[in-house]
Amino acid sequence: MNKRLMFTLPLMVFLILAGYFAVGLTKDPKKLPNMLKGKPVPDFALKPIKGRDDKGFASTDLKGETSLVNIFGSWCVACQIEHPFLMKLKAEGAVPIHGIDWREEDPDAGPDWLNKHGDPYALVGDDPRSKAAIAFGVTGAPETFVVDGDGVVRFKYVGPLNADIWRDVIEPVLRQIKPPGAS
Amino acid sequence: MTAEIGHFALVLALFVAVAQASLPLIGAHRGDPGWMALAKPTAILQFALVAVAFACLTHVFVTSDFSVVNVVSNSHTDKPLLYKISGVWGNHEGSLLLWVLILAIFGAAVAVFGANLPPALKARVLSIQAMIAVGFYLFMLLTSNPFDRIFPPPLNGRGLNPLLQDPGLAIHPPMLYLGYVGFSMAFSFAIAALIEGRVDAAWARWVRPWTLAAWCFLTGGIALGSWWAYYELGWGGWWFWDPVENASFMPWLAGTALLHSSTVVEKRDTLKGWTILLAIITFSLSLLGTFLVRSGVLTSVHAFATDPTRGVFILALLVIVIGGSLALFAWRGPKLVSTGLFQPVSREGGLLFNNLVMATACAAVLLGTLYPLLLDAPGGGKVSVGPPFFNTVLIPLMIPMIAAMAVGPFLSWKRSDLMPALRRLRIALVLTIVAAIVTYAVHGDEPVLGVVALAMAVWLGTGVLTELAERIRLFRSPLSESFRRLGRLPRASWGMTIGHLGLAITIAGMAGAGAWKVESIQVMKPGDKVTVGGYEYRFTGAKAGKGPNYKFVGGQFTVSRHGREITKLTSEKRVYNVSQQPTTEAGIHTTWRGDLYAVIGDAEGSGGAFVTRLYFNPLVVWIWAGTLIMVFAGALSLTDRRHRVGAPHRKSSAVSLPGAQEA
Repeated sequence: MNKRLMFTLPLMVFLILAGYFAVGLTKDPKKLPNMLKGKPVPDFALKPIKGRDDKGFASTDLKGETSLVNIFGSWCVACQIEHPFLMKLKAEGAVPIHGIDWREEDPDAGPDWLNKHGDPYALVGDDPRSKAAIAFGVTGAPETFVVDGDGVVRFKYVGPLNADIWRDVIEPVLRQIKPPGAS
Repeated sequence: MTAEIGHFALVLALFVAVAQASLPLIGAHRGDPGWMALAKPTAILQFALVAVAFACLTHVFVTSDFSVVNVVSNSHTDKPLLYKISGVWGNHEGSLLLWVLILAIFGAAVAVFGANLPPALKARVLSIQAMIAVGFYLFMLLTSNPFDRIFPPPLNGRGLNPLLQDPGLAIHPPMLYLGYVGFSMAFSFAIAALIEGRVDAAWARWVRPWTLAAWCFLTGGIALGSWWAYYELGWGGWWFWDPVENASFMPWLAGTALLHSSTVVEKRDTLKGWTILLAIITFSLSLLGTFLVRSGVLTSVHAFATDPTRGVFILALLVIVIGGSLALFAWRGPKLVSTGLFQPVSREGGLLFNNLVMATACAAVLLGTLYPLLLDAPGGGKVSVGPPFFNTVLIPLMIPMIAAMAVGPFLSWKRSDLMPALRRLRIALVLTIVAAIVTYAVHGDEPVLGVVALAMAVWLGTGVLTELAERIRLFRSPLSESFRRLGRLPRASWGMTIGHLGLAITIAGMAGAGAWKVESIQVMKPGDKVTVGGYEYRFTGAKAGKGPNYKFVGGQFTVSRHGREITKLTSEKRVYNVSQQPTTEAGIHTTWRGDLYAVIGDAEGSGGAFVTRLYFNPLVVWIWAGTLIMVFAGALSLTDRRHRVGAPHRKSSAVSLPGAQEA
């Protein structure tokens, strides 16, 4: 074999490998695995929080329309950071947001917090004993689940939502969800 | 505040590294001693700055500063101090910081101890080291800053992956990195040699201690990782051909080849291009190891970070470092002239054979590791290549190599004869055949590979001892003469003898544990007895308890043989408070014949019954005993006189060369 060719061979082999790596990188979007993803929401029925005289919030309320389920608490600082963005979402009316008021020791704390900062939620359930939160596999607040019209969990986001995450992460998920009844 | 100091030190280190990467290199090109001399202070300063950054990160971990993202994600106030410290490198960002710290340590070591190096070579080597460092600083500062703050700070952290909370694993990554990064020295010397256009005996002797040290650390690191997998994962296995394990095994194979080929360069002034290529490949594989683990291109049980942006950055880094050095090799390599000629049957020929086998084995492991990726890239779907592939490819490669390993040291340089060498090995051959027959008589021909592997171990071991006996003229001259010769053997040749002996012991362990492992899985109630590999395991029951940051169920076993109690084994199944992730602690009793190994699984029903896994792993401890001996042999060789007295002077001083014009 030609000597120069022999010395160039390692470079060529490497460049081919690098090409494969480049393709491999584009093929591997890693998302947080979520046990519930693609499964129906767990059954739950929560009482309303104080001051809201509606029926509370139950898993059966999630049928019929794509919605977000947001885990929050008046004790959670990051939820306060997230809150103005949820208010903006409500104003835009893109998708109904339901809240699970998680682990409140004082039954007045949640309602007071919503009175003070505004209430972005269509339905709110009170979950002081973490019944729903455990069923959802919540690891911390805030956490947001995207649930489609069939009541199936399509996505879970851990941490406060903001405009960037909404545009890059949540909206693509919403676009994938077909409206119920459509083929 | 500490985090900011660390961050700032890291930025400063980047600037110092940029200076170190450029000024001495330019100085060496122009023949300007003043600029070349900058290599030493910049290398030392760079080391000092990274050391400060590392100390800062350690401080925020030890004090549990939860305003730092890295601490939140990887630490917890309940964690024992040792694991708070090991948490520093038990994550993506921190392990990179450890990586550059070690890189800087090696650089500073060359700066301080490399007084006998020609200034131009030293300047170039340190500049190339700094170039690698610049790449890693940029990677950290742009994509993986270990000092990022979080607002609002949470009350507590998420804890370290419980599997990693183990003393063995606390020191495993630093050992492995000392090996990986240590090969950067061989790489830098190789690139400097390509730039200068000369590779000679002096060069080979300068590189050797660094390569040897890196090899020792890597060998130790791999052994430690395998030992950890053995006692912590609770499957009774010691090697899983997992991509992360392969990532450390590939540089080991290439590095071992490099160690052998560089002796040919040193002694016989030939195989130069090949040795340079091996140095580049060994370090490239070390980088690839980092890439495979970190980028998410291949996933595995112990991958720390998966993030495409980081992946793209690492890929760019790899293309620049590896592609750049291979391009330089393609351009300058043909100009390296080898003078030593040799016949196929000769010491050189034997070492070249070793190199070819090592390189082929390395390529096979690379192929097996990347195969899922190669198939997936054009859309072939996801597959995984399991142990069968590696075993089928590697075992047939290793058998002829070990057969040759016993013969090689009998061959003389340049030209030799096979028959006299084989005649001197006739006792070893007889012993090997006896060993094979005995093994066959005890175990039958199931599996035949076990018999062959054990025989190969005996062949190598007896061959090495025969060579030692020949060398000191044992039984041919008076015993006092033999002892005198024994005392005068250079430490490098002791290194070879002991190192090869260590490998023989490791192979025996692999043969035993691979071929005759006995395994039994069943449900046991307290009082139940099961016999495994001739040992009777009695389950005496389980009880629950609490550790510092976990709860556990501990199962007790009493093991006896021929009615005589040998030991009590305790296996724990732990669940860590923070992550709720379960881990197993196997109960192990080690003997030279084999390990008694018991693992308790999940409770079965409410009657105190548990799923248990019981193993007898024959000779398994020999695997690690052998590797330990290999590490010792490497260290012994490192103290050889020729490394201490310094290298011979070159015929002409490289300082006077304006750049690389001589080539």
